[in-house]
Amino acid sequence: MKTSVTLDDGVLTVKICGEIDHHTAALVRKETDTLIQQKRPRELILDFSSVTFMDSSGIGLIMGRYRIMGLFGGYLRVVNVPENLEKLMILSGLGALKVIERRGEMRESA
Amino acid sequence: MKVLNEMEFSFESRSSNESFARSAVSSFVAQLDPTISELNEIRTAVSEAVTNCIVHAYKNEIGRISVTVKIVPENTVVIKVRDSGCGIENIQQAMEPLFTTAPGEERAGLGFAVMQSFTDRISVRSKPGKGTSVTMRKALSRRVSNG
Ligand SMILES: Nc1ncnc2c1ncn2[C@@H]1O[C@H](COP(=O)(O)OP(=O)(O)OP(=O)(O)O)[C@@H](O)[C@H]1O
Ligand SMILES: [Mg+2]
Repeated sequence: MKTSVTLDDGVLTVKICGEIDHHTAALVRKETDTLIQQKRPRELILDFSSVTFMDSSGIGLIMGRYRIMGLFGGYLRVVNVPENLEKLMILSGLGALKVIERRGEMRESA
Repeated sequence: MKVLNEMEFSFESRSSNESFARSAVSSFVAQLDPTISELNEIRTAVSEAVTNCIVHAYKNEIGRISVTVKIVPENTVVIKVRDSGCGIENIQQAMEPLFTTAPGEERAGLGFAVMQSFTDRISVRSKPGKGTSVTMRKALSRRVSNG
C-alpha cells in the first residue's frame, strides 16, 4: 500500500494505491488526518483508482474521514471507485452519503 | 462430507498478517479455477474473519489464529477461521449489520454482513473466554473446461 498526496487550492487529494484492510487503513488514516489538521482543506478527495482490494475497514476509513471533514466544515469525495468494490460499497450504505463516484464517472464539484 | 483436498495454516494475530492470510486462501482456492469476482469475494470474506480475530478476539494481546480450507464436491470451498480469544456473548446480536463493540476504532459493524453476502453460508460458534470459529461455505461456478 502506498499513497500519494497533492494539495491544490484547498483541495487535498490522497491517492491510495494497493490494498485497504485494517492494517493499511490505519496508515492512511494517520497520514490523512495529520494533513487535514495541518492544511484544513475545504475538500478531501480520496482517489480509489489504484485500490486493488478493500474490506469493511475501508468503509470505516471513508466514514471516519467524512465525519472529520464535516467537523471542519469541509467535504469529502471518493472518486474512481473500481467496479470490483461496488458490491461492498452498496452493502455498506455509503451511497446515502453521496460521496462515492465510480471510475470514469464525473460529477460537478460541490 | 467427502473432502477432496485440504490445507491448514496458523499465524500470530498481527495486522501485518491480514494480507498473507487472504492471499494464502486465495492461492489454494485457485485450483478450482474461480472467476476473478469469486476470488475477490473469498479474499474479502477471509479478511473480515481474520481481522475480527485480531481486532476483537485478541484485543490487547497477541494470540494464534488458524485457518482451514477444504475443497468438497460440487466445486465448493469450506473455510474455517478460528481463534482462542475472548469469544462472543451474543452471536445473533454480533451478526446484525452495523453492530460493533468498537465504534471508537472506526469499525463499521459490517464484517459479518460482508461474510454473509460474499459467501453462501456462514456459521459461527463461540464460547466467551474460550474463542470463536467462523465457518464459511461457497460454491464456485463450474466453468466449461475442454480438458
Ligand atoms: N472473533 C471474534 N471474537 C470476539 N468478538 C468478535 C469476533 N468477531 C466478531 N466479534 C464481535 O462481533 C461484532 C461485529 O463484528 P463485525 O465484523 O460484523 O463488525 P466490526 O468488526 O465491529 O466492524 P467491521 O467489521 O465493519 O470493521 C464485533 O464488534 C465484535 O464485538
Ligand atoms: Mg469486523
